[in-house]
Parts: sequence; structure tokens; C-alpha cells
Amino acid sequence: MKVLVAMSGGVDSSVAAALLLEQGHEVVGVTMRLWGGDSDTGCCSVSDVDDARRVAQQLGIDHLVFNFTEDFHRNVVEPYINDHAIGITPNPCIECNRHLKFDRLHERGIVLGFDAVATGHHARVVNEDGIWRLIRGHDMAKDQSYVVHMMDQHQLSRTLFPVGEMTKTVVREHATRLGMRTANKPDSQDVCFITSAKDEDGRSGRVSFIGRRIPLNPAVVVDESGNELGSVESVELVTLGQRRGVAGGGGTKRFVVDIDVPGRKVVVGPESLLMVDHEVVENVIWSHEPYVGPARVQCSAHGEPRSAVLSVDDAGRVVATWTEPQRRISPGQSAVFYDADDRYVLGGGLVTRSVQMSTQ
Amino acid sequence: MRPEAVEAMLPFMTDVFANPSGSHRFARQARKSIDEARDVFAEAIGCKPGEIVFTGCGTESDNTAITGVIRRSPGVAVCSATEHHAVLHCVEHANGVVVRTNHLGTIDLEALQAVLSPDVVSVSVMAVNNETGAITDLAAVSKIVRRYAPQAILHTDAVQAACWIDLRTIWPLVDTMALSAHKFGGPKGVGILVVREGKYFEPIVLGGGQERDRRSGTHNVGGIVAAAEALRMTDVERSSEVARISALRDQLFAGLLAIEGAHRTIPAEDSVPGVVHVCLQGIESESLLYLLDEADVCASAASACASGAMEPSHVLAAMGLSSDLTIGALRLSLGHTTTEGDVDRAIEAITDAVVRIRAVQNRRSL
Repeated sequence: MKVLVAMSGGVDSSVAAALLLEQGHEVVGVTMRLWGGDSDTGCCSVSDVDDARRVAQQLGIDHLVFNFTEDFHRNVVEPYINDHAIGITPNPCIECNRHLKFDRLHERGIVLGFDAVATGHHARVVNEDGIWRLIRGHDMAKDQSYVVHMMDQHQLSRTLFPVGEMTKTVVREHATRLGMRTANKPDSQDVCFITSAKDEDGRSGRVSFIGRRIPLNPAVVVDESGNELGSVESVELVTLGQRRGVAGGGGTKRFVVDIDVPGRKVVVGPESLLMVDHEVVENVIWSHEPYVGPARVQCSAHGEPRSAVLSVDDAGRVVATWTEPQRRISPGQSAVFYDADDRYVLGGGLVTRSVQMSTQ
Repeated sequence: MRPEAVEAMLPFMTDVFANPSGSHRFARQARKSIDEARDVFAEAIGCKPGEIVFTGCGTESDNTAITGVIRRSPGVAVCSATEHHAVLHCVEHANGVVVRTNHLGTIDLEALQAVLSPDVVSVSVMAVNNETGAITDLAAVSKIVRRYAPQAILHTDAVQAACWIDLRTIWPLVDTMALSAHKFGGPKGVGILVVREGKYFEPIVLGGGQERDRRSGTHNVGGIVAAAEALRMTDVERSSEVARISALRDQLFAGLLAIEGAHRTIPAEDSVPGVVHVCLQGIESESLLYLLDEADVCASAASACASGAMEPSHVLAAMGLSSDLTIGALRLSLGHTTTEGDVDRAIEAITDAVVRIRAVQNRRSL
């Protein structure tokens, strides 16, 4: 096959490219230039592009750089800012995968005559009885099926995850054996377009990034009865379920249970106020076909999957009814459905604010 | 590189290895080669030998002409919006004034006149645009600058002009002029800054005081000698090459404009023959360039950033072209090695690639 492999300059995608070559594919590496501003992590800095290019040179494959900065800004950065402005905490990595890696790059691959696009994600795509399944990565600690959950059958049929069968340790060993400069490069953890450096006012990278683009407003912190407990500097940066920085004094653990951005108010309360018996999920994309019935549901990149029963409500939205009450999912996060054995992705969508309902 | 330039360069890689700033016989031999090269440049440009300053590249020549002038005589720097980044970034860095251009991407003369004043110390207007090949009417620019900012140093980036325009016609119009050897068949790593006698700037590379204290650093002797030979050949062959390449350019345009949605960026009478620039509506340059590369046709769209990604063209943006057109920018160069067969192959490869891209686009939009 002719495979376009997305090379971020990290060890996983370096080894992915090497494995594809070993498997006899015709391989071309590509690094997507996504972010034009300051960056010190992830896949956008010039030194990461250098690493990707040098690995490609070492493997003897062509390396291209595609400029997708406009698409990235429109589909990832702008929504990230706009969501924060209304008190929603989005996951930009998922939106990048949705709009860039598995849409824009896929489309580009088709135009250029490639049969598949490969990335270094720890997940597996397997055809089982004619159905393309997105299966959790072999290394459960590194499994990334959650962040690539949004692919349909067409996308899955054109996607390869060469390191999905390996543990991270084996990936690094492979890179070391090949003498790759990326063998010991640390994993990227943070949002690629936000630097870890504090700005001149001592604000963290995230606060500074958002604060330069939208006004950040202080808010009063109250308990569930409306008693004022304190304040926060930026209501836009508070996340549902958050404890740190909003708990106030006293012995009981308090969590953010409601955020009123226009009213500049954050409500905190005991964990019991966060517990719900179901969650409504919108904009669901199914890997194969819509599913109702028992499932496992994961609500963050490395979150524990929980048991639930999936159904569809009158408005056509997917409802995950928990087997045991669970903490509410922060609006903007993705809920990803796995089969009852927690092996493969059924589909996934976004939790939105309007549909939260407390059991209390 | 021109074979004559390669040949001229070779002895300096082996036998004539001395530093021309030394005093021994080998140094004197190297020095003589540089002096003779300087004479060749002066002859081809129509300037005095002492007005030639050898630098490390065209970018350094532009930087010296702008930054060096501002350092010597603080004041306002002015340039047009479609200048090469070697000029544009210098002027922006100095908080200078960037003047809008007309639909051809050459400086808007009324807008230029409006910003000129006794405070302006540096005006930079390129002779030929590096992306589109558009020729600036430097005589008109010179007239306006001399009248409205008589104290300003008028600089031209003539890097793209050397092959196509007799430099003797440009030099009398300006005070400083930048050239780059690899654009006329010489080696990379040799730039030339021509500085009119009596016009001064602060050097930006300090050190041993070479080039009459205007640019320090050990001379790239072989490179300079090769550059001189390349310019000499270019000057000798220019008029016949302009005629030959103009015919090839017309042939290439005829083929490209037969493609649906192809737009010619600059009319023939306003551009040099060595640059063919078209915009292919709805075709992403990145895709097109990849398919052309596969077909052994090497082309470009705009300049690349540090990561190697193509940047959207500031030249086409300044010309006011819509993004639907600018995403499909395609720039092809023709030069002394280009043949009729090359042109035919390029037309075929580009037509095929566009058909292929449109077929996928149409399938996906169904």
C-alpha cells in the first residue's frame, strides 16, 4: 500500500513509519504545521519538524510539511477560546483529530493517491467479519482509542496505527535499536499550542493564552444555599467538578457543581451534588452503526470506563444511563462508548451543558 | 551553476587557497582574483569597482542597505508591501512604513509619494518581484523619491533582475542595489551590494575591515570569482536569452491557460520572461506541488517558513487576489538550461495533476 504517515517528531510516529517500511509499504512522511504562534510542546515546533524530517531521512523516505494552520485555527483554536468564554472545557486534541488528522489529512491523502493514512496513536484498527473495529491499544496504560474515537467506517478503512500492537516500552526499544534520535524523547502531555512558560504577569500558559484572547472575569464562589465563600479570578477557566482553588475553608470537600458565566458565579458543594444517574451525549458519531444496550463509557483521555446502558431519547440524543451513579461529565468533554467487554469503540460524542440533570 | 562558473571556481578549492587579506605571494594571487572579479562586476553593472561590496548572500546585501543606513542616519524606512522578506522584515523591524501596491504587485506611486518626507532615510523598491516576476517602473520611483525625499537612500533588490534586465539601466536610478550570485548561474553564498560613491551606511558585520570596512569577514574567493564569471556570461547572453526564454514563456502560458480556472497573475509586458506565475482556481498548491514532484517537475508556490511549510503569499495578498485563487498559486522558473521539451513536459504534468485533483474533489462533493 501507499501510506502517508503523520510524523509529529515523537517516538511513536517515528516507529510507526519504520514499521510500515518493514511491512513493505511505500511510505511518505508528513508533518502537519498546525500552529503558527509560540509553542514548546506537541507537534508544531520547528525542532519537532526537524526531528520528523531527520527520522524520515534516516529511514530513506520522503518527508513533506503541510501547512494546515488556517484549518487548525478555525476548527481547534477558535472553538477552544469560544467554549471557554461560555464556561465549557473542550478537548482540543480530540477536535484536532476530528478535523485535521482524520479529515483534512485523510482528504489530502486521497487527492495525492495514498491508500491509507497512518499515525503513531496507541490504538488498533481491525477488520472483523467485514466491519472495521477501532480497538483499544495493546498497551492499556497508553491506549488512545478515546482521542481517535470519531472515525466512521470509511475513515477506519483508510487508517493504520502501526504501534497499536506494542507497549510503549517496546516502541522505545524499537526506536533505540534503529538508532532513532527520537527514541528517548519525552511524551507530549499538554495542549500543543499553549506554552508551559509563565507570561510576564506570572500567569500560566493556559491562563495567559486564553486571557490574551477573551476577557477573563472574576466570580463569586457560593455554596449550594447561596452563602458567599470566596472568589475566583476567572470564571471562564473554572471546570465542573473542579476542587482546587474553589473549595473555600471548612472540613468538607467541595466541588464545583455549577458555573454561571454571565452571572459571574461559581457554585460549590459536596460530591453528592455532582452525582447523576445518566448523561446525555450529542453529535454522536458511530464507528459502524447506532447501538443501544449495555456498554462501557469513558469520559476523559485516561479515565476509568464506567458501565452504562445506552438508549436514544425522543430528541434522538444518546442517553447513557449509569449502572451506578457517576459524577457529572464536564460540558465540552467527549463521552466515548465501548462494547460491554470494553474492547472496541462503538462511537462517541460531546457532553453539552443544557442536558445536565442532577439526581438530587 | 553555469559550467564556466564551476570551472572558474575550482582552482580556489585546491591550489589558490590563500586568504586574500594576507601579505604573502599566495595571498596576493587571491587578492588579484578578487580585484579582477570586482572589475567584471563593475563592467556588467556600469558602476565603479569601488562601489562593489561582496557579502554572503542577497539577504545580507538587503539587510546592510536598510539596517546599515538607518543605523548611520536614524529616520524612517519605507518599502513596498510585496518586497522579499529580506527587505520587508528589515523595514518592519525598524517600525518603518510599508506602502501598498497596485494590482500588479508593484508599488503604488501615489501612496509612495504620500509617505515620503524629509524624515525618510531609506526607500526600498524591488526591481523584479521574486514570486510573480512583475517589473517595477524604477525610473518613476526614482523620480518621486528624489523629489519628495531627496536625502533618502534609494535601494533596490535586483536579485531577480540580473538575468533579464541590463543592470546598467537600473544602477543610475538608485543608490544601492542587491544581487545574489546563484540567481544568475553563480554559486550560493555570494551576495553583492552595490553602493554609490558618497553614500554611507554602518556595516552590520564587524571585524577585520574587509571590503573597505563595509563588510568584514574573509573573502569567499572562489565564490566571488565564479559569481563574476557567471554575471559576465549572463550579460553577454542576456539579449538572446531574453528572446529565447520569452518564446518558451509564451508557449508555457498558452499551455497552462488552457486549463480550466487558470489565471495569469502578471501580463507578459509587465514581467520578466523567467517567471511564469499562474493561480489555479480551487486547486491547493501543496497537493499540486506534490503531484508535480512525483512527475519530476519541480515548482513552487510561495516562500516556505522555518518548518518547511508553504506560507500563504504576502505578495498575492497585497495584490488583492481572493483566497480561492491564492491557494492555487503556482510559480515556474525558466532559465538558461530550459528547453522546449521541458516546457511541454511541464504543461502535460500540470494538466494531468489538475485533472486528477479535480476528479477526487468532484467525487467527494457528490
